[in-house]
Amino acid sequence: MTVQIRYYALLQDQAGQTQETRQTNAVTVADLWDELAAAYAFTLDAELVRAAINDEFCSWDEPLTNNCLVVFMPPVAGG
Amino acid sequence: MANNFSLSDQPLESLARLHVPPESGSVVTFWGRVRDHNEGRRVEGLEYSSYAELAVKEGQRIIDAAVRRFGLDAAQAVHRVGALAVGDAAVVVETASGHRGEGFEACRWIIDEIKHRVPIWKREHYQEGDRAWVSCHHETTTTAN
Repeated sequence: MTVQIRYYALLQDQAGQTQETRQTNAVTVADLWDELAAAYAFTLDAELVRAAINDEFCSWDEPLTNNCLVVFMPPVAGG
Repeated sequence: MANNFSLSDQPLESLARLHVPPESGSVVTFWGRVRDHNEGRRVEGLEYSSYAELAVKEGQRIIDAAVRRFGLDAAQAVHRVGALAVGDAAVVVETASGHRGEGFEACRWIIDEIKHRVPIWKREHYQEGDRAWVSCHHETTTTAN
């Protein structure tokens, strides 16, 4: 399927892009993280990362849907 | 406009303040500012970036929860995004309530929740010319240790 991915902060630096449209065989959010972490050599431990689908927080076992927007969020630092 | 969370790429000092209803005897305002140092390093400036769509949703949930939890008359918070210099306001939180106790408590709760939950990231620019994503650096360093 096809997924839209947006990158922020450290993950944006390591992916070398702000967003991409990607063909993937990943079934869940966790599968996609594993694929991207291997492709871009992400250094963040997955335990520190939160995921969102279509602008809402989601669990790691959330299934991907065609053309969904996925965002992986590094530890936040507002305030 | 009461009970609102928003992001702004403009200086916070120029934005509209909280509308305080007549039943409120207390207004508490917290200003978070850019410090000139962090963890022993001299900071010359920073940039905030955000996942705006989710940041506004999550920030709004925090404000709404605070109003219910502390029985506030009104509350709002605005967070800066973009490039900031030392001394610039990074975030402002305002609460209006009947009395000061719940106002102070709510203001503290709101800023703590924003720090922990809202997808906003900070990259500091140091005197030596390098830059670092603050929390990522801190967390990965902590993990490595």
